[in-house]
Amino acid sequence: MQTLRRKDILGLEEMSAEEINLILETARSMREIMQRKIKKVPVLRGRSVLNLFYEPSTRTKASFELAQKYMSSDSVSVAGTSSSLVKGETLKDTVRNVEIMGIECVIMRHPVSGSSHYLARNVEASVINAGDGMHEHPTQGLLDMFTIWEKKGRLEELKVAIVGDIRHSRVARSNLWGLQKMGAEVVVAGPPTLMPPDLNAFGVKHFTVIEEAVDGADVVMALRLQKERQESGLFPSMREYAELYGLTPQRITRAKEDLLIMHPGPMNRGIEISSELADGPQSVVLEQAASGVAVRMALLYLLLGGTKE
Amino acid sequence: MALKHKATVMDEKTMQQALRRIAHEIIEHNRGTEKVVLIGIRKRGVPLAERLQEYLCEIEDFEIPLGILDITLYRDDLIQRQDQPEVHTTDVPFDLTDKHVVVIDDVLFTGRTVRAAMDALIDLGRPAGIQLAVLIDRGHRELPIRADYVGKNVPSSRSELVEVKVKEIDQADRVDILEKIAE
Repeated sequence: MQTLRRKDILGLEEMSAEEINLILETARSMREIMQRKIKKVPVLRGRSVLNLFYEPSTRTKASFELAQKYMSSDSVSVAGTSSSLVKGETLKDTVRNVEIMGIECVIMRHPVSGSSHYLARNVEASVINAGDGMHEHPTQGLLDMFTIWEKKGRLEELKVAIVGDIRHSRVARSNLWGLQKMGAEVVVAGPPTLMPPDLNAFGVKHFTVIEEAVDGADVVMALRLQKERQESGLFPSMREYAELYGLTPQRITRAKEDLLIMHPGPMNRGIEISSELADGPQSVVLEQAASGVAVRMALLYLLLGGTKE
Repeated sequence: MALKHKATVMDEKTMQQALRRIAHEIIEHNRGTEKVVLIGIRKRGVPLAERLQEYLCEIEDFEIPLGILDITLYRDDLIQRQDQPEVHTTDVPFDLTDKHVVVIDDVLFTGRTVRAAMDALIDLGRPAGIQLAVLIDRGHRELPIRADYVGKNVPSSRSELVEVKVKEIDQADRVDILEKIAE
């Protein structure tokens, strides 16, 4: 396959293995540009992109903005707190107004699940979901897969354990869809109260003991404990959570020797992951950040670098 | 649109002769190969550049650096094309600054690929000069560009197709002219 025949990137649930492959292959070519002295190619010259972030973000926002600059597109960024959202304007109105100014692609992060689908249906611009509520974060899933693929040379038949707060995690959802489509075996682990009610839909095994989940794993992915999304009573205390479910060197001894340790960031050090692991030789946390730019450059090219039918 | 074979303008032997001659011309023009680097344009410029590197090495006993250039992101027709070209990796693992860069491609036609290649190269460094070597020059330039080294000039009409085949990709070394005929 040569072309991504879609207007938007909303989630990995609706994406095929073939499409994911094309994105990863394209990202590999983009990574070379990031290593140049002059990190800029003219491919998206004259195309305009809007970054619309209704939730805080450091890495994803910086990563998208850099990808846009490296591809020579023009972009504007609007943060939720400084925008008309606080004046009560609806999402649809906001984006339609900016679209008429010439925006061809909208990158959006929003606290409500499904918001990017809603937006995509209502505007002509391409929409890239940069995280919608507890639903999906497809570019994070893609950059995680790209990082593993670069390190291991494949995704097929790798065992990946996703550990922590699966319930509130859009990163976990995107990875669950994506990795399984690419032929990896995925297991999840964490307290039963932090498992999503629809876990069966993913067809993955669930463990409550971390040591059992990481047994024979090629990759362990720690998730951020999302303090801002916790209803009370899902677990007794941060300290107890760290004691029982935090990733530590002792807890991963049954994993494969060439284990990769991943975390989408930002990390709560000493809670879901120990500093020893986060900064250790198995950690690819920083590679994940670098992969993010390459993957987003690839997506911008595939969505905007040509004519829309 | 069907294609009819019109003529074969190069075979394995004449292709080798042409490339060997170009190798000698590169040495003569640059008074040696000390500061020369080769850049093959994907796709068929790459095996041609590798062969030139081999011939130059036979003559000068010195392996000239070879890089690979993908010009997709520098094309001027992306916005018009319905079929989006695949992006491949550019691999130029050396500094171009103050080098005499010889760009190699299979066919020189409108000159737009070479324009894109020059833009791409200048983003990678500041060469002392850029030269162009092509296996076939078929005319019909749309930009003020000419080749420094030409394997063969093949006057062609716009309705014709010049098809270069190389062993490394197509399992044969030959250049054919095909005519487009309406069915």
